[in-house]
Amino acid sequence: MIDILQIFLSESFWAASLRIASPLIFGVLGALLCERSGVLNLGIEGIFVVGAMTGWMAVWLGAGLWGGVLAAALAGALFGLLHAILTVPFGLSQHVSGLGITLFATSVASFTYRTALPDVTSPPRIEPFRAMDIPILSDLPFLGPVLFQQTPMTVLALVLVLVVWWVMDRSALGVAIKAVGDNPDAVNAQGLSVVGLRMGAVVAGSALMALGGAFLTMSAFDAFFFGMVNGRGWICIALVIFASWQPGKALLGALLFGMFDALQVRLQTEAGSFIPGQVFLMIPYILSIVALVIAARRADYPRALLTPWRKGQR
Amino acid sequence: MTPVLSLKNLTKRFGPVLAADDISLDLMHGEVLALLGENGAGKTTLMNMLFGQYVPDAGSVEVFDAGQPRTLPAGNAQAAIDARIGMVHQHFTLAENLSVLDSVVLGAEPLWSFRRALSPARTRLTDLMTRSGLTVPLDAKISALTVGERQRVEILKALYRDVRVLVLDEPTAVLTPQEADGLFAALRTMVADGLSVIFISHKLREVLAFSDRIMVLRHGKAVGEMPTAEADAARIIRMMVGEDHKMPDRSPGTPGDLRLHLQNLSTSGTRPLRNVTLDAHGGQIIGIAGVSGNGQTTLAQVISGLEQPSAGSLSIQGQTIDRLTPKSALAHKIGRIPEDRHHDGIVPALTVAENLVLERLDDSDVQHFGFLRKSGIAENAARLSSAYDVRGPGIAARAALLSGGNIQKLILARVIEAAPDVILANQPTRGLDFRAAAEISRRLIEARDRGAAVILISEDLDEVLALSDRIFVMHDGHCLETDSRDRTDIGYAMAGEAA
Repeated sequence: MIDILQIFLSESFWAASLRIASPLIFGVLGALLCERSGVLNLGIEGIFVVGAMTGWMAVWLGAGLWGGVLAAALAGALFGLLHAILTVPFGLSQHVSGLGITLFATSVASFTYRTALPDVTSPPRIEPFRAMDIPILSDLPFLGPVLFQQTPMTVLALVLVLVVWWVMDRSALGVAIKAVGDNPDAVNAQGLSVVGLRMGAVVAGSALMALGGAFLTMSAFDAFFFGMVNGRGWICIALVIFASWQPGKALLGALLFGMFDALQVRLQTEAGSFIPGQVFLMIPYILSIVALVIAARRADYPRALLTPWRKGQR
Repeated sequence: MTPVLSLKNLTKRFGPVLAADDISLDLMHGEVLALLGENGAGKTTLMNMLFGQYVPDAGSVEVFDAGQPRTLPAGNAQAAIDARIGMVHQHFTLAENLSVLDSVVLGAEPLWSFRRALSPARTRLTDLMTRSGLTVPLDAKISALTVGERQRVEILKALYRDVRVLVLDEPTAVLTPQEADGLFAALRTMVADGLSVIFISHKLREVLAFSDRIMVLRHGKAVGEMPTAEADAARIIRMMVGEDHKMPDRSPGTPGDLRLHLQNLSTSGTRPLRNVTLDAHGGQIIGIAGVSGNGQTTLAQVISGLEQPSAGSLSIQGQTIDRLTPKSALAHKIGRIPEDRHHDGIVPALTVAENLVLERLDDSDVQHFGFLRKSGIAENAARLSSAYDVRGPGIAARAALLSGGNIQKLILARVIEAAPDVILANQPTRGLDFRAAAEISRRLIEARDRGAAVILISEDLDEVLALSDRIFVMHDGHCLETDSRDRTDIGYAMAGEAA
């Protein structure tokens, strides 16, 4: 028990939790934006892959780190636009289109990688984002290592939580997005464009999702591997329900998952070979399911989620 | 008298159907124009063209700016909004997750500003509420509001945008008589301030009491127009249906045996029943009046076996039933006409013929050793659809393709052919036009005269008054009999106040 307590008191545990949570924060914010407007985006897993690949490759081609971030966001936006066109003006099934986007985007990423680097056995490494070293702040006890020795992308994720919160809770745009996810007819009757709002939200949300992928290749690691996204997109789809579509709770959910994951790594080393490692690998998922079951009972679904809107139809 | 709006020769065709045929009308400043007509007469089509939802095939919409006419671009809702035309739809267009304030301001403020100017909006709205008398709590979520309050929000939305023409589609369909009177009083104040109103209604009484001018539509044509002062009800109805309209004759019923008896029955759960005692005898129509949401749905569910009472007893033909299920309700000869006819009354994906035998799948003409007998089903359907005048693309077509009135006739045919002892009719004529509603009413009276006990739940007080032998009023789960036939008394009871 003392050991577990020590884990919770250590700076490195909390720093790791936030680091692991970072890509999920991007992803869950993206999913939140899409779903608040009434569009489920199951393309998230594939968009993560595309973001990871594009960001890394842009840096490798010499675009610079922030250039890579931008490239990843644009690539994500592009796939988001495809999903938006299929589901909003064409009104196709959001499940089918989303899963299609995931398959398509994953394949496009692999294809591009293989075409660009036909002969390599291991991917070329880039110089990723480094931990920040801010005078005074980074040297603070506890808070310094946890918050201010992270990479700039983690800070970007936290800033984006604030931005999305502001947009959803404080701006007229957010009111319109919430309304279009609840009753598109209400938005139409007020002279706003349902199609425009939904497509905009899906495109912007998809760009955020791609940043989650880019974090993996440009901040957590330094190269692109197949299978590195490893279901993070699906976790975000679950987390957004846990968060009841609220940015603050979305951050909390991502952090919780990051904590469970950081905890299982440490427990594995504590326990040695006595318990199989796979048991610990399951912990974050099991705890997430438990948290989700509890939270989802009270989840306040956007009422028009999954419902395509056609003008002049009820 | 200056005109504010002028519709010129508007025509709209949907396939072979001429939904609006060369309709012209002028609306004056500060005038209330009532648009009357049966369902499908073209009222909604006309208003949709005015509001830019449909592009007319011919004709145009003109608005008057300082006396000068200006043609609105066709099929452009934003242009109509910009020309200060507001519309309150019959089905509210409100997002339930917004506050009242957000709902009103939505679309009237710039989307891309960094900060919202909410306090001026709040001041302006408060001022509007005091002037019009339409008050709503500004910070409440729409989902927490009553239907009447939601309607006030819809009107405030239009007023907030400073409309000069307000179109109201069936505004009182869901209100108590008192709420409706309040609404009309508020509208009167605003009309005195220069607002012009077009209001669509089925309810003659309201039209006669509230409008300045009446226009009647039938089959897409304007068939008559008159100042309300010169109008009389019989003449208007004749115009609407194209013939003399007779309310079904109703001689008093002769009460027979006690068929259904609820004794001190209560339920738990949302919109519960509280200590309801009700006895339905054969040969009588029991009318249950009340504003929707006061327990009528629960009452209907208990009688159909969909919800179990938490206290009290239910007996059928003198026999106490412990646990009524939908199946045993059928076995006890309770026929049900459900409130939501599209959702609970039919299976839209099945054919008309299949829907007609849904409640008697075990009968020998329908199935044989587990196999459906197509010929028996088709014969049954052919007979019933002609007897009950179910019109549509045919008995082999999916029931989803039928209009609301024809779906209701299908359900009625299924229920009445089973010769039930008790008929539970929940909002049987809601949304139907005169002719279809009269047909349904006639059938219910027929069933009563045959000896069935009919329980008629309706929001339409006129209907309850016209058909019922006895009247109960529901409010907040209580269901009490009233001897009064006076609209005001019953209205007070519907609002939960003693007269």
